[in-house]
Amino acid sequence: MKLAYWMYAGPAHIGTLRVASSFKNVHGIMHAPLGDDYFNVMRSMLERERNFTPVTASVVDRHVLARGSQEKVVDNITRKDEEENPDLIVLTPTCTSSILQEDLENFVERASLSTQGDVLLADVNHYRVNELQAADRTLDQIVQFYIQKARKNGDLLEEKTAKPSVNIIGVSTLGFHNQHDCTELKRLMADLGIEVNEVIPEGASVHNLKRLPQAWFNLIPYREIGHMSAHYLEKEFGMPFVDITPMGVVETARCIRKIQEVLNAQGADVNYEEYIENQTLHVSQAAWFSRSIDCQNLTGKKAVVYGDNTHAAAMTKILAREMGIHVVWAGTYCKYDQEWFRKEVSEYCDEVLINEDHGAIGDAIARVEPSAIFGTQMERHVGKRLNIPCGVIAAPIHIQDFPIGYKPFLGYEGTNQVADLVYNSFTLGMEDHLLEIFGGHDTKEVITKGISADSDLGWSADGQAELNKIPGFVRGKVKRNTEKFARERNITEITAEVLYAAKEAVGA
Amino acid sequence: MTLADAQPQALDFECETGNYHTFCPISCVAWLYQKIEDSFFLVIGTKTCGYFLQNAMGVMIFAEPRYAMAELEEGDISAKLNDYEELKRLCMQIKRDRNPSVIVWIGTCTTEIIKMDLEGLAPRLESEIDIPIVVARANGLDYAFTQGEDTVLAAMAHRCPKGSAVVEESEKQERGNAITSLLNFGKKKEEVVAEESEYHDHAPLVMFGSLPDPVVTQLTLELKKQGIKVNGWLPAKRFTELPVIDEGYYVAGVNPFLSRTATTLMRRRKCKLIGAPFPIGPDGTRAWIEKICSVLDVEPKGLEEREAKIWANLEDYLEIIRGKSVFFMGDNLLEVSLARFLIRCGMTCPEIGIPYMDKRYQGAELKFLEQTCIDMGVPMPKIVEKPDNYNQVQRIYEHDVDLVITGMAHANPLEARGINTKWSVEFTFAQIHGFTNARDILELVTRPLRRNNSLKDLGWDKLVKEEAKV
Ligand code: SF4
Repeated sequence: MKLAYWMYAGPAHIGTLRVASSFKNVHGIMHAPLGDDYFNVMRSMLERERNFTPVTASVVDRHVLARGSQEKVVDNITRKDEEENPDLIVLTPTCTSSILQEDLENFVERASLSTQGDVLLADVNHYRVNELQAADRTLDQIVQFYIQKARKNGDLLEEKTAKPSVNIIGVSTLGFHNQHDCTELKRLMADLGIEVNEVIPEGASVHNLKRLPQAWFNLIPYREIGHMSAHYLEKEFGMPFVDITPMGVVETARCIRKIQEVLNAQGADVNYEEYIENQTLHVSQAAWFSRSIDCQNLTGKKAVVYGDNTHAAAMTKILAREMGIHVVWAGTYCKYDQEWFRKEVSEYCDEVLINEDHGAIGDAIARVEPSAIFGTQMERHVGKRLNIPCGVIAAPIHIQDFPIGYKPFLGYEGTNQVADLVYNSFTLGMEDHLLEIFGGHDTKEVITKGISADSDLGWSADGQAELNKIPGFVRGKVKRNTEKFARERNITEITAEVLYAAKEAVGA
Repeated sequence: MTLADAQPQALDFECETGNYHTFCPISCVAWLYQKIEDSFFLVIGTKTCGYFLQNAMGVMIFAEPRYAMAELEEGDISAKLNDYEELKRLCMQIKRDRNPSVIVWIGTCTTEIIKMDLEGLAPRLESEIDIPIVVARANGLDYAFTQGEDTVLAAMAHRCPKGSAVVEESEKQERGNAITSLLNFGKKKEEVVAEESEYHDHAPLVMFGSLPDPVVTQLTLELKKQGIKVNGWLPAKRFTELPVIDEGYYVAGVNPFLSRTATTLMRRRKCKLIGAPFPIGPDGTRAWIEKICSVLDVEPKGLEEREAKIWANLEDYLEIIRGKSVFFMGDNLLEVSLARFLIRCGMTCPEIGIPYMDKRYQGAELKFLEQTCIDMGVPMPKIVEKPDNYNQVQRIYEHDVDLVITGMAHANPLEARGINTKWSVEFTFAQIHGFTNARDILELVTRPLRRNNSLKDLGWDKLVKEEAKV
């Protein structure tokens, strides 16, 4: 048993449902108690989805516990098949089905005898995998199923397209800015003269999966979802894949060069160098931004980064390599894939943090006192308490992280968006600087709600007055540093002198 | 059923497949931890439960709530780990970090299926760590949404002190003081004595149902005007202030989903239940007070005028909804009371979906609904227990309903199809009880109509292509 207040990655069935409901005309049926269809609320609310989420529950109740759910599951599958004629029904186990140990595979077989559409049981175990791993598996499972089916029917399309083409794999519903990223990636491919063969799972039809082998290569923009499918397609058809996330100027260039290599190896003879240079210098503003005096003011500022593998790794590299920001630690909650993360970020930060416990992350932030945080919604709230700005870069996310306006994180437009995000997070670089020079205009009462900051020291009136002159966004930090200074020297009352002595001593 | 049909003589009850969307009953921790200020809620379940709570509680989760998950891992399921030791470890940690006056264990589907004996473990652990542990099995196998509160309050009903116990304690000037000062809103002793005479001499009365404190005050004062004294509320603001309940006390519920609590109070605490309509809407509030008065043998006074005045104040809202139809998909058990109020407001209601219907506990409310339909000359609604959301959506299209009260899973898709919706969960969190809050209910009900009124000339009411229709 684990005492938990918050989790970063959801339960396995959420991953399966994200993939299933990303496809067109695929219906998820959860084998779950009443109340576990909360996925529908999230999709309808966060994505402001206009259509009914194609997920229903085959409800597990007392009755089912007593008599088994075979009849009910089979009925629910055949009923959905009649009502909505989906191409595929994915029976989705939950934590409840994981312990009931009914033979769901058998129910699926029975049901599929009388359905028009296909029926699959998602091969995910609640206690073994989380949302992200389950999404990866389910996608792979569906891809394999339809490739094998096509093979059996003899209508698998293996001949490569005439022009270079790509499958974009891993774009899904409730993914962080996935819709915008997808548009940006399609644009990028168009610029590079590459046809987009298929995008899966978002908006795809399962009938088109037999066309996957026609592409020249697969692009896996996100570390978490799509790798299993890419490996499968590589093994079956020798399809190469590119799994460099094109996030940030350097990584985007690296991704494009890798694509170039992959295409040329198949006889394409493309050269993207000129394109990369033109985009870098003139289209994306990020390279210019890093030269501008705004960004100069960010030099050496401290930041911490936390999120899923894809975004935390990319963000760390952007901050350190492209903006000269000092990343004190970078962390991920993708524990199961930590080796990859370590390898990616080790040279760009002082410390790597692999932890799923939001309390530990909060403490690590409080300990470091960065000027800005890049994390999930949880870190944003830690930032609020500590008075440190935070840019949200990864799920878990709220409705405001599903913007209506165009906000990709990937590709060249993505670099612009990220630059804005970073700049705005660092309390407006220049303004911060000027405020410090002129002593600030913020006279709000200081409220220290430090997570691990214990304030047992007294402040004299003049000490407090001086403290109040310090701009709000750095005040908490100054206060804590001063108190630390005082405590080390056994000073019990902090006067203005002590404050300045501390500032000189530790650069508070 | 259309308006032209003949009026049926009695309410029509149906039961569908139970394929509907609602919140898991563990959601009750969200409002109960706020209500009971010295409590800590420990939900013993899986990541699924945690994920739901984390998302359903929204920003509350960041406010260091007094709730947590005891997340079961594979070792717990396969009984490799010892439940008692594990729970002890976590509860000790909670005691150390939060020092609550009570820890409420919420049993979930998983603890049911693996048959974890929470009721058996609790007393042992309670005496070992010296904090009361209340066990409520609020799981999705058995209950829907607000019924979670019912299971918690039913469990708490066992913990309400007996009068004799309190006399002893009040000598130590503890609980007695807390209760007296609570009931008298912090007034001094002399004033209290003077006030006692304002009350009729009636048998003790305890209310049950968790309401926000302002609403508790409003309803208590409303009864005080009739000379009726409320001896206590289950739950109170603090666990240490649970009301005295002795054999023979009268009890009255304020919400329609509290049937287990009512049963427990009657059977186990030997109380007498006042079966009344619920104080939702001015009509309901009046009927509720009148019923309490009649049981306690008190002549109600000024209620008719009071109700009339409230209605007069609602006229601007009534104009918007009069003659319109409302459809309840059903997910929180407030449906019958709300439908009855809205019919009195001049609406028609073809269908009331409801997760679970206790015809005995809701008996007075159902009668009141019938009477209201007759008074207003509208057809009786069909009451659909355990509804089937898919079928309901088909019926909504057929009836061409003006307003659908539904969960968030269906609200946006229905809006995109030009159908006005109100998110049902808001009714459980808004203040809707008593005379004072009638306006708030209508504020909620009319909001989509007012909003869509201001958009109506834009030609944007149907925002999905035709073939996308379910
Ligand atoms: S329905 Fe059961 S498993 Fe699901 S959240 Fe509720 S208690 Fe947990």
